[in-house]
Amino acid sequence: MNSKTIEGASRMRRSSRSEGPGQSPAPRGASRLGWLGLLPFASYIAIFLALPTILAVSSGLFDGDGVFTLDNFMVLVNPVILRTFLDSAWLSLLTAAIGAVTGALVCYAMLGLREGGPIRSAVDAASGVLAQFGGVMLAFAFIATIGQQGVVTLFLKDHAGVNIFENGVWLYELPGLILPYVFFQVPLMVITFMPALTALRPQWVEANLALGGDRMSFWTRVGMPILAPSFFAGVLLLFANAFSSYATAAALVSQGSQIVPLQIRAALTSETVLGRENLAGVLAFGMILVVGIVMAAYSLIQRRAARWQS
Amino acid sequence: MKLLAPGRTAKWVIGSLVLLGFALPLVSTFLYTLRDGDGLSGVHWAALFDADQAAIFGPIWTGLGNSLVLAALTVTIVVLLLAPTMILVNLRFPSLKSAFEFLALLPISIPAIVLVVGLTPIYRQIGRALGTGAWTLAFAYGITVLPFAFRAIQASIDSVDIKTLTEAARSLGSGWPSVLFRVLAPNLRAGLLAASLISVAVVLGEFTIASLLNRLVLQTALVAVNRIDAYAASIFTLMALAFAFVMLIIIGRLGRAGSGRRQQ
Repeated sequence: MNSKTIEGASRMRRSSRSEGPGQSPAPRGASRLGWLGLLPFASYIAIFLALPTILAVSSGLFDGDGVFTLDNFMVLVNPVILRTFLDSAWLSLLTAAIGAVTGALVCYAMLGLREGGPIRSAVDAASGVLAQFGGVMLAFAFIATIGQQGVVTLFLKDHAGVNIFENGVWLYELPGLILPYVFFQVPLMVITFMPALTALRPQWVEANLALGGDRMSFWTRVGMPILAPSFFAGVLLLFANAFSSYATAAALVSQGSQIVPLQIRAALTSETVLGRENLAGVLAFGMILVVGIVMAAYSLIQRRAARWQS
Repeated sequence: MKLLAPGRTAKWVIGSLVLLGFALPLVSTFLYTLRDGDGLSGVHWAALFDADQAAIFGPIWTGLGNSLVLAALTVTIVVLLLAPTMILVNLRFPSLKSAFEFLALLPISIPAIVLVVGLTPIYRQIGRALGTGAWTLAFAYGITVLPFAFRAIQASIDSVDIKTLTEAARSLGSGWPSVLFRVLAPNLRAGLLAASLISVAVVLGEFTIASLLNRLVLQTALVAVNRIDAYAASIFTLMALAFAFVMLIIIGRLGRAGSGRRQQ
């Protein structure tokens, strides 16, 4: 209906512009053809995006015999699972906070540099690599650095007499995830926050100076209030990013399931964990709930932040 | 911008601290690959070309081959399915643009590990119909790269007036195929190329889906080989990161070329 009105309007515009006959290409048939053109992509999305998501979330709603049940969800209050969700949450929050502050400082340091200059280009590309494609490889890098035979570990032991694993090897446990996670969180913040920072206008600084302010008062009265939404949007994005990240943890932690994605791995690779069927589905439901809420908040704040970036 | 820029000291302090923090693990990994007893040598790098050790690296080469096939198939999905659909939406259904954008960016909010839970039963069916070859993962990877590819192509579409181009071509008698391939595709080539390169980079780095669906690709092979020969895994890690870095530098260049044209 809507498309027909648009099609009609554009046909009128077109025919008023060009007098020649046969110019308007049979809109009714063409429009139906247009809808057909959307079909391949729509079915692709339906099968490989919508269906898996629905299957993942709904599989927790059925027991082993395919009968509808809410029993599986009782597992979310199981102390072990609850603990994993909490651990996942604090790991994500901690690395999001560190990543956001460090990332924002990096963006600030790059403010004077020309966009497209060699340093900016290199930082942009490096950020993209580490933020999006690191995964397993970051885990290897950290094993080579601070693993038991790692370069830094041995250097500290031989030359400084410091054993970083004095109280046991923590690299393959929950605390070991913090450094590798920061390693991909900071670059993600750089990518997300840089546009907000470059959108600050020199005129605002001039106005602030003209009104008797100085560099400090510009940041506290103008810069930071304007950047605050973008910064908090960044924190939320980083939280969701860490919460859903699997590869780095999977490559680093081979035993145990300290965070939710690893718990899903355990549930997928062995049929029953904690004596529950379809545990993976329930965990997936929990994850999508957390990430969904965080990402919804992110896009709300981001929309507000975008006001200053046009 | 000059007025906003940080002082020289602040810039150098932040820059060098962060650079140090980020270079340390990478440099350490490189030194690790050079380790030879108590000294340093290129023996682990030379092992890559050693016929006696070929069996150890076998999975990596197979995995890399599979990943390259997957990258090609994923690029095909992006160029032949996503791009034409985006052009169609922009030309004929502008009212659907925001809904389409929401859909295309949705995979960012759906963790791959969640998607895998739902993909498992789907791939059981695909396994029956098409076999369990690694190439079938391309269907899932098309979804994974969707947000990245969408952004790259949309930026290109926004910088070119595709409506006028299309109307001009149509009024000169072009059919739709030649509008798509001879008029629009060349004008959108920066975006299409950037989308393709970023898709290649994402596919080469993907681990979650391949690992839990038990397919051998570059990343799962690295994990397998790491258990036998940690040096080999580190060498390939460095090479893969360097490769992705070069890809992104090229993508950055393409992006600037595109926006430069818009300014003229």
